[in-house]
Amino acid sequence: MIDFAGWLMPVQYAGILEEHRAVRERAGLFDLSHMGELFVEGEAAGEGLAGALVTDPPSLAVGRAQYSMVVAPDGGIIDDLIVYRVTANRYLVVANASNAKVVSDALAERLHGVRAVLDDRSLTTALVAIQGPRSVEIVRPMTDVDLDGLRYYAIAEGTVAGIPALVARTGYTGEDGFEVFVDSAHAVEIWDALMAGGREAGIAPIGLGARDTLRLEAGMPLYGNELDRSTNPFEANLGRVVKLGKANDFVGRSALERVARDGVERRLVGLVMRGRGIARHGYPVWSGDRRAGAVTSGTQSPTLGQAIGMAMVATVDARPGTMLDVEIRGQRVAAEVVALPFYQRER
Amino acid sequence: MTVPADLRYTKDHEWVRVSGDEATVGITEYAAGQLGDIVFVELPEVGRALTQFAAFGVVESVKAVSDLFAPLTGEVTATNDGLTGSPEHVNADPFGEGWMIRLRLANPDEVDELLDADAYDALTAAG
Repeated sequence: MIDFAGWLMPVQYAGILEEHRAVRERAGLFDLSHMGELFVEGEAAGEGLAGALVTDPPSLAVGRAQYSMVVAPDGGIIDDLIVYRVTANRYLVVANASNAKVVSDALAERLHGVRAVLDDRSLTTALVAIQGPRSVEIVRPMTDVDLDGLRYYAIAEGTVAGIPALVARTGYTGEDGFEVFVDSAHAVEIWDALMAGGREAGIAPIGLGARDTLRLEAGMPLYGNELDRSTNPFEANLGRVVKLGKANDFVGRSALERVARDGVERRLVGLVMRGRGIARHGYPVWSGDRRAGAVTSGTQSPTLGQAIGMAMVATVDARPGTMLDVEIRGQRVAAEVVALPFYQRER
Repeated sequence: MTVPADLRYTKDHEWVRVSGDEATVGITEYAAGQLGDIVFVELPEVGRALTQFAAFGVVESVKAVSDLFAPLTGEVTATNDGLTGSPEHVNADPFGEGWMIRLRLANPDEVDELLDADAYDALTAAG
């Protein structure tokens, strides 16, 4: 167990590799109750969020969701998050645990004067995620939500194991699955119900270690590694998330317009190690004798059987196929730039 | 938790099996358990001279990088190349197939500075 953003959480249960494989092959259950859940409700809730985030939440159909970001006036990323349009005037913003307070404060400030109410339910909401190819068959008999009608990046209200819940078809693993939000009073109950319901299908509890290897294989950024206050969305290959075309002014707009116009000097890339060694966060990346950048995340990929990573490198070094070196304990080890993701599930 | 009685141990969880002036070195079951799934082992070349308690290599789990410390001074006479393709041997059989290096000892008396099984057991129980 470790302290993760102030929450006591398991790095692993049975072991990272075993848990990783469970999610890729069957199903895994994640306790994500540490995440922040912020409800924004009111006539102008959507419009207010459009001014606070880089995306255009009012353009979402009811029951749909989008990946988004809160950025600072200079365009630096404060958090990456998902916005769900639960009803026409009720939105759910799910923030990273480490940024829950910062996002809550930023939204409160940015929604000031807007006809909407910010209700931070982070401490009273439990979130468990079931991810893996067998997720649908496990959840189906336990819920009144029409799972076949629930598309990827959609959310519905209903019950799971008789517990009132929001069921979202989102996740951080690259597999099919659901994120289930319930009142924290039912946290243990929902966990036990999903573990029991999934036992026959081979569900396993999954810790932070496998959560990280899964998202890295899926090419998903981690705030604190790939994303931080000194990084803008375009540098992180998330320029397409920024909706400069929306009518609203939003915090960071002018800075991001400038970046979109002028381009970026560094970009996030995928790396596969071609020599022997594992790239890790912070390791320098070289192009010949020129320092090209640094590794943002890295690990031995259980699915690929190779050492993979992401790195922030000079734009000139960012084309897939480029050969670079990762400095590992003073030695330069060959790595190849590849397009993300490393892993994509069959659909 | 297995702590073979015929081995000696360092505070950093290396074990050593001594026979005259030859020694075999690995990491303990306790260490392997703490590290989790081991995915990479970096060992010195044959012929390299190691100094007691100095770092001689690296063992990596999925999440972490850990130095290996030499229990005794000596010259590396063999390395377990099988760990390159199968680092998981360290988890599966840390005192057997998970062995890492063999040394020709420069000063076998240094063994007296190491923990015996009881002392190592107490160390890990306390930790």
